[in-house]
Amino acid sequence: MPKNSKSKNSNEGKRDFLIVSTYTIAGIGAAAVAWPLIDQMNPAADTLALASTEVDLSSLEEGQAITVTWRGKPVFVRHRTPEEIKLAKQVSLDDMRHPERDEDRVPNEKYIVLVGVCTHLGCVPLGQKSGDVKGQYGGWFCPCHGSHYDHSGRIRKGPAPTNLEVPSYKFLSDNVIKIG
Amino acid sequence: MSKSKFKNPVVKWIDHRLPVFSFMDHELNHYPTPKNLNYFWNFGSLAGFALVTMIVTGIVLSMNYTAHVDYAFDSVERIMRDVNHGWLIRYIHMNGASFFFIVVYIHIFRGLYYGSYKAPRELLWILGVLILLLMMATAFMGYVLPWGQMSFWGATVITNLFSAIPLVGESIVTWLWGGFSVDNSTLNRFFSLHFVLPFVIVGVVILHLVALHRFGSNNPIGIDVRGTQDTVPFSPYYTIKDLFGLSVFLSFFAAAVFFFPNFMGHPDNYIEANPMVTPAHIVPEWYFLPFYAILRAVPDKLGGVLFMFGAIAVLFILPWLDRSSVRSSQFRPIYKIFFWILLLDCVLLGYLGAMPAEGIYVILSRIATAYYFFHFLILFPLLPYIEKTKPLPISISEPILGGGSAASAFAVREKR
Amino acid sequence: MIKSLLLFFSSHISKLFISLVIISLSNFSFAAGEKISYPQLNWSFSGILGTFDRASQQRGLQVYKEVCSGCHGMRLLAYRNLKSIGYNDDEIKAFAADNNVNTINDDGEVVERPARPSDKFVSPYPNDKAARAANGGAYPPDLSLIIKARPDGANYLHALLTGYVDAPKDQKVPDGMYYNKYYSGNLIGMPQPLYEDGVEYADGTKATPDQMAKDVTAFLAWASEPEMEDRKRLGVSVMLFLFLLTALSYFAMKQIWAPIKEK
Repeated sequence: MPKNSKSKNSNEGKRDFLIVSTYTIAGIGAAAVAWPLIDQMNPAADTLALASTEVDLSSLEEGQAITVTWRGKPVFVRHRTPEEIKLAKQVSLDDMRHPERDEDRVPNEKYIVLVGVCTHLGCVPLGQKSGDVKGQYGGWFCPCHGSHYDHSGRIRKGPAPTNLEVPSYKFLSDNVIKIG
Repeated sequence: MSKSKFKNPVVKWIDHRLPVFSFMDHELNHYPTPKNLNYFWNFGSLAGFALVTMIVTGIVLSMNYTAHVDYAFDSVERIMRDVNHGWLIRYIHMNGASFFFIVVYIHIFRGLYYGSYKAPRELLWILGVLILLLMMATAFMGYVLPWGQMSFWGATVITNLFSAIPLVGESIVTWLWGGFSVDNSTLNRFFSLHFVLPFVIVGVVILHLVALHRFGSNNPIGIDVRGTQDTVPFSPYYTIKDLFGLSVFLSFFAAAVFFFPNFMGHPDNYIEANPMVTPAHIVPEWYFLPFYAILRAVPDKLGGVLFMFGAIAVLFILPWLDRSSVRSSQFRPIYKIFFWILLLDCVLLGYLGAMPAEGIYVILSRIATAYYFFHFLILFPLLPYIEKTKPLPISISEPILGGGSAASAFAVREKR
Repeated sequence: MIKSLLLFFSSHISKLFISLVIISLSNFSFAAGEKISYPQLNWSFSGILGTFDRASQQRGLQVYKEVCSGCHGMRLLAYRNLKSIGYNDDEIKAFAADNNVNTINDDGEVVERPARPSDKFVSPYPNDKAARAANGGAYPPDLSLIIKARPDGANYLHALLTGYVDAPKDQKVPDGMYYNKYYSGNLIGMPQPLYEDGVEYADGTKATPDQMAKDVTAFLAWASEPEMEDRKRLGVSVMLFLFLLTALSYFAMKQIWAPIKEK
């Protein structure tokens, strides 16, 4: 087959392009298949549907606390006494590791709502039951590594780096909150 | 030695200490493969692809499945409805089982047509039959897991086969069940075994490949490779051909998964298992139908079970049953006809397996079963004494080049 | 030579393919089992590109709620799922709140609370035995998967719902049984559920039994296969991709093999 070298070269170029693009397309296909296999481990539709919880606080007396489950984690709700509210508000921010004003953590000062998971390594702090150790600052105390939280759930002493997390929630009425 | 082979310093460093790259280069890249393989030789790599697909989707499904009689059915439906892309993964796994069997059956009939089981590839063939057996066990147990009506009654009927064994049969069935009927214990152990057996299959597949690479692939002419003029390196020639075959296969597979996902399934398996009610007609999955037909063709319980297992057992000894030294059917004019009869016989058995066991179907099942065993036990050993085979070509290169000489084949390769 | 190889290939492949088709068809036709034939309707959701008809599905939900749900549960469906047939969050919340589910209060007592969107459809009976007992021993099956759980499910269900006719003279219909020309054995425990104007459609569609049967079938078809529209849509892209890959790899293969196949 007589061919001049120029057309042969361009043919080879076309040939290589065809082969490279074939394997590239195949590779893209293989990569696309990975996504469903990875995404199936993300929360499923039924799990996401349970991502919010409503809590009725009307029976919660002053000084009492309840723990509710939200997204598989404990959420602390405490009905604070005027004394506790005063203590939470008057602390100077300079004394804190993670300075936050009480007003910024509670939309309704009577109720403090916290994710009950220590920000250190994920243990559940004590302080919900009346007989519990509440720590030096009267809030919560994590027994695992000794973190002390105050009446606003702020870290005051111990290894935890940040304050107890406030979940996103809103008051649907005076006594009902919706968490999540 | 490896110094000149790899340019990448990291690859070179590793390969010097752990020669995996040399191994892959030798077995997958330069591996000399007969150059006259037709498309039926694609089905080996397709089977490997199907196995990997089943394992990957299976592991993912097991992350979302609950092996408990009270939750199994609902957990599968949760996969279908709530898990992200769960329906896709499950339909791939469900249809993948059928396509795996389609591919493997074609692979087996390819072996039968071209005599790939003959010396020196006897162990290669036996390992293949072992893979088939393991696949059947795995597929059967997998079908039980969704805990639908067919799952439950299929499990009940198939495990009851073992009760045909004299004296210890009943005890064996109780042992298989872990109770007095198919129940939670059965489901749990089936899940465990369904998970682990595929990895056993992977092990046997590796042995299958080791045995294959000992003498290389058979080819449509069935004569041995005489030298480099008869072969091409596996890559790029067969990598691209396998990719093309895979694309065609995937097109059929995807059509089933996306547009007819339940075509090969049975509606009754969308009804949760009920030990109190047997569905009107119970049938196994299509890939078991020929064996099911053989089971029912024999009027005796133990006899039926023995014939059914015998249908696979004859495959194990096939390399010694077939006395012909000519591999490929192309040169065996009489065997070639019988090959197609056997294929039709198996298709007929499959059809009969789906029909109710009554009237004409029973008679046809018996004839088809008789032919199956006649083919393996009588025809294979005796045919060579009658059949006059056609003359074999001298080498693979000759027919491919249509009268050209081996030298010119060599010249073509040199030109590249 | 190549031609003969191709011929050989195509003839053999076609033989194998035909046999495979026969196997699958035999399975399928067997699954179709019953000898009763019923009208084959042209459903919006059948075919490769078929989608659900939202308006029909919503009417179907109404039929389910006002007629079927008296006896039949749909335990695999959650109220939140109704979003995909065109309801918004508030409508779903209100729809769910019409039903009550049991829960355990802080004092350990079983109490009822209104259902939430995250709850599954509340079944009419607490368990299968209660369902059976309340229906003269005939169990009203759960409808979540009914279309997939019956051969040719959509056509079958539509036929069944519209198949109540007077029994032939020689057919004795025992108490508590009803004659249906499409039911296997003709005697069914379910009384005729759909009558002219049995429901009042909000969109003004005339509620004939045939219309109601079509609507509730459309709704139940979706309940059986809520993924169907996503599946078909993704399927089209995947098929296009695979055709491209098949074509490319075919020509790449021809290119690579050209020097070997050259005479």
